[in-house]
Amino acid sequence: MPQMNPSATNRYWRSLADAAGPDSSEGATEPEFPSPWDDSINRRSFLKWTSASAAIAALAGCTREPIHQIVPYVTQPEEIIPGKPLHYATAMPRDGFAVGIIVESHEGHPTKIEGNPTHPASQGATGIFEQAALLDLYTPDRSKTVTEGGQISNFSLFFAALQKEIATQRAKAGAGLRILTRSTTSPTLIAQLEEILRQFPQARWHQYQPMARDNTLEAAQRLFGRPMETRFHLDRAKTIVLFDSDCFFAHPSALINARQFARTRRSGSQSDNSSRLYVAEPSPSLGGSVADHRLPASSAQIQNLVRELARQIGITTGPSADKISDDQHQWIHAVTEDLRQNSGQSLVIAGETQPPVVHTLVHLLNDRLGNIGNALEYADSAETHWINHRDSITQLVSEMDSGKVECLLILGGNPVFDAPADLQFASRLSRVPFRVHLGVEQNETAIACDWHIPESHFLESWSDARSFDGTTSIIQPLIMPLYDTKTAHELLHFIIHGQLRDDYDVVRDHWNSQKAVEDFEKWWRQSLHDGWIANSQLPALSLRPQEKMPLSASETEAAETVEICFRPDPTIWDGTFANNGWLQELPKPFSKVTWDNPALISPALARRFQLDSGDVVQLRTGDRTFTAPVWILPGQAENSVTVHLGLGRSHTGDTDNGIGFNGYTIRTLISPWAASNVKIIKTGNHHLLATTQNAHSVHGRNILESHEPLPPPGGTLYNPGEFKNAGYAWGMVINLNACIGCSACMIACQAENNIPVVGKDQVAAGRDMAWIRIDQYFEGPPENPRFHNQPVPCMHCENAPCELVCPVGATLHDHEGLNLQVYNRCVGTRYCSNNCPYKVRRFNFFRYADYDTPSLKPMRNPNVTVRWRGVMEKCTYCLQRISAAKIAAQLQDRPIRDGEIKTACQQVCPTEAITFGNINDPNSNVAKLKTSPLNFSMLGELNTRPRTTYLTRVGNSNPQLEDQS
Amino acid sequence: MPHIFHPRSNTVARASLLGIGLSVAFAGWAWDTIFWSPYTTRAETPLDQPVPFSHRHHADQLGIDCRYCHTSVEKSAFAGVPDSSTCMTCHSQLFTDAPLLAPVRQSLATGVPLRWNRANKVPDFVFFNHSIHVAKGIGCAVCHGPVNKMPLMWKSKTLYMKWCLDCHRQPDKFIRPRDEVFNMNWQPPKDQIHQGTSLVAKYHIDTSTMTDCSTCHR
Repeated sequence: MPQMNPSATNRYWRSLADAAGPDSSEGATEPEFPSPWDDSINRRSFLKWTSASAAIAALAGCTREPIHQIVPYVTQPEEIIPGKPLHYATAMPRDGFAVGIIVESHEGHPTKIEGNPTHPASQGATGIFEQAALLDLYTPDRSKTVTEGGQISNFSLFFAALQKEIATQRAKAGAGLRILTRSTTSPTLIAQLEEILRQFPQARWHQYQPMARDNTLEAAQRLFGRPMETRFHLDRAKTIVLFDSDCFFAHPSALINARQFARTRRSGSQSDNSSRLYVAEPSPSLGGSVADHRLPASSAQIQNLVRELARQIGITTGPSADKISDDQHQWIHAVTEDLRQNSGQSLVIAGETQPPVVHTLVHLLNDRLGNIGNALEYADSAETHWINHRDSITQLVSEMDSGKVECLLILGGNPVFDAPADLQFASRLSRVPFRVHLGVEQNETAIACDWHIPESHFLESWSDARSFDGTTSIIQPLIMPLYDTKTAHELLHFIIHGQLRDDYDVVRDHWNSQKAVEDFEKWWRQSLHDGWIANSQLPALSLRPQEKMPLSASETEAAETVEICFRPDPTIWDGTFANNGWLQELPKPFSKVTWDNPALISPALARRFQLDSGDVVQLRTGDRTFTAPVWILPGQAENSVTVHLGLGRSHTGDTDNGIGFNGYTIRTLISPWAASNVKIIKTGNHHLLATTQNAHSVHGRNILESHEPLPPPGGTLYNPGEFKNAGYAWGMVINLNACIGCSACMIACQAENNIPVVGKDQVAAGRDMAWIRIDQYFEGPPENPRFHNQPVPCMHCENAPCELVCPVGATLHDHEGLNLQVYNRCVGTRYCSNNCPYKVRRFNFFRYADYDTPSLKPMRNPNVTVRWRGVMEKCTYCLQRISAAKIAAQLQDRPIRDGEIKTACQQVCPTEAITFGNINDPNSNVAKLKTSPLNFSMLGELNTRPRTTYLTRVGNSNPQLEDQS
Repeated sequence: MPHIFHPRSNTVARASLLGIGLSVAFAGWAWDTIFWSPYTTRAETPLDQPVPFSHRHHADQLGIDCRYCHTSVEKSAFAGVPDSSTCMTCHSQLFTDAPLLAPVRQSLATGVPLRWNRANKVPDFVFFNHSIHVAKGIGCAVCHGPVNKMPLMWKSKTLYMKWCLDCHRQPDKFIRPRDEVFNMNWQPPKDQIHQGTSLVAKYHIDTSTMTDCSTCHR
């Protein structure tokens, strides 16, 4: 294949080998499906196996039609129409905060989670964790039974033991009773805990989660006297500056932040209301990937940058020390000017990973710039009982150590795994005589406790939770508990009242006692129906930060030593989702590594230590060491090594046993987010990292965007009117201005289309099954490249190259322009995939779909075929949704309305980057977008006429920094 | 040198050639016959059921409408199979002690559903939708045959793709007015093709997309 545009090839690159030049990239690109066989098969055995397979296949064909059974209800529920899904609103609590969701239920089993479009705090967006929560419900690895000391027990024994313990504690006013929870916003749970503290005055409630927001709220506490939350309005800001803030991922309002940000960028034009994003961070984040100007800076250096910015804006921050480089000065200078010009319409955000003093400075900056009340507001926290998690766990551990704690209830969480390493939680825990752990899985903490109580999944339980803005949702179950499990509400009710009560009654009674509404039943039903309680949002308060903190505290030494940055894993979070195969197999942004968490290092550091991606190193800080492979990541700050926490767990389940490396072993109380003075020791070992970044390579062809106008296709052998159908013509537009590369579309597609998990070795062999992938391109120097995210589903070409080569007609077109894959015709030649220029076809090399595990069967979408071994599959534009909409419209004898069909990737997208619809209708959104001057076809010069097109990303660079990045 | 072959061998050789041809043809015929026989397809073969429910009695002799039991046929892909409670709406009054109905009574009492043997089923990669067929004037009997004459349920057609396509290619041959869909005794008029063509137009049936693979497979 001649290269169409060699100059463009060099502009965007996918890997460091690519960046080095076309010669070395040629060597690095591998065949699409590298052969896993070491031995070459000879002609004789080929014929032997082929004839044997043919004979067996022929025999297998000679069967009678099997007889299936049909099992009706005994009494069919009134609301159920068999074959038609029902939808229920509920909420998913994650790290305390609720995300409003609507769950699709087929005959009583939930099959798909969608965002709740009416929910004020998320407006219909969901992320990867909400999408993947479904698998957590059905996973066969869930905790199913009560265990005592690792042995199977039962609830009556447990409650007898608990009752005895509670009676003892009651006698001494709860002096030895401690309860440890994660962050919670649940009004019912908080009321129950308060009731316990009333009944047991000397008992204590501790909170700990590894990704707590101590720095953010500590700063707010000191400035305002209480832990106020900062509510961003990114859509009102023209200049946005992020200091080490992953506010599109690791923030309780990440989804709405992303949506608001994307609204300012969608048009792709440098219009008056489009924003300019500056990001300074040690390790690339989702925000960094869409930044107009990104400055890689070590975690320690961020504080100096913020101080310099504050100084320039006119805030006294103590003695000036020149610790920042010329480039950084220039960057800060440009930011300062931009912020000044957009006073009142700008936003400075600091990440939780920065110390409180940085947050204080940022509050003062926003105040000085007049942003308060415009681009940001202050409001009370939905976490009404916030306490400093690090202080809380320290206090608990010291009390456990001194023997004060006699009865410890751990409600959710996994402190044995994720508590600061220097607290030695596990060994201190063993000094507590009566230890109870409630959790959805048998994790490290469950093993370390006497009693483990299986917890109901949130899709099986009644509860409540609040979103970041305070909007309260009542969590309703979609299904009866699959196993004999209990909720925290039921457990606490037993402690308070000495008897068991359903979580439904507990939650309902709480609200009945709280709500002075005339018709409680009506209110309750309305709240459940909507998925959120009307008027429960916390009001914005007009406050201004008061300088009370000593800002002149010693500046951090951004010495030239190497630092470790601890970050939540981009797909596993803090370890909570470690046993979720969908999330383990989801390529992590930037590195596209699956099933692992390599330490991310900069190209410069790799050169200094002569490291290659996959080389195993020992990282030493103080007397703690951590061994992990490295991954060289373009854009990583030179001296920062990023360690993603959450993997390397020892007790989870079948999915992630032995996967990854446990970074919590070097995360200490004093340095929760960054540790300095790190020594790197090369071990000489190599670890196989399964990355999808170099799979599906298009061998240097310019598939990202094309700025130069293409010559008209001219003479074609195809009939240009071939696909002019009078009815519908389905098409898609993906707006690269909006996409932040969050990967939610990939998990949504997996859940909707029954896409199997294949495992690390198969991913390493280039056999991942994702129907939509997010390509990562880099542009510019490896030290500080510009990032490009490009979601790639099937292009549904009108002149599809795959169709011409199929010998059995298993892939062909329908009249509405869909490129179909007919599984029952496919014989698995893989010619189609070879001929696909976009590499979007996926082949079932083995029987990847799990046919056997009973608990996974009800999870599947009944409207999508579960594919078998030996067939090709690919994106169908969610054909099942098109069919459903078409039938619904035809039953009413009307055309399908624009927007009626939403593909799974479109529906989930937090930034509304994907638009789908009928391009024959000139008034449809998708048709309008296709007329945009930014619209381009990937590899349009091949004249494949893709139905999926892209809107080119247009930056909004600052002319002052133009030549720099 | 003596002849190796007797002149008779020529005849034997010719006969053998014919015989090979015939046996190949026979094998083909036999395979085809077995493949399409009710033995393989189970068409026209009554199935045993936990309760020997008679459609002839209920639908024909008593005149109960299809939709009394198959409640979702107009709304959903699945026509619906009556729950035990539906049976008991009548049978709590009629034949209350009949031994044949014991499994139904037991099901309602114990909450354990009945397990019927399924007569009509398409493979998992085929997505058939009842509601749209009913709405577009395809009568129950077109696919299910004379159910009102069946003492025990059987599959009336093979439900093979070839059979589906007969109608998807030429719906005008099979379509009937919407209000006759549930009429089990409806007979096509003499000018079916003519009337069918006008009904296809009237019901806005887009025949061009009806043989697209995506119509049934996804």
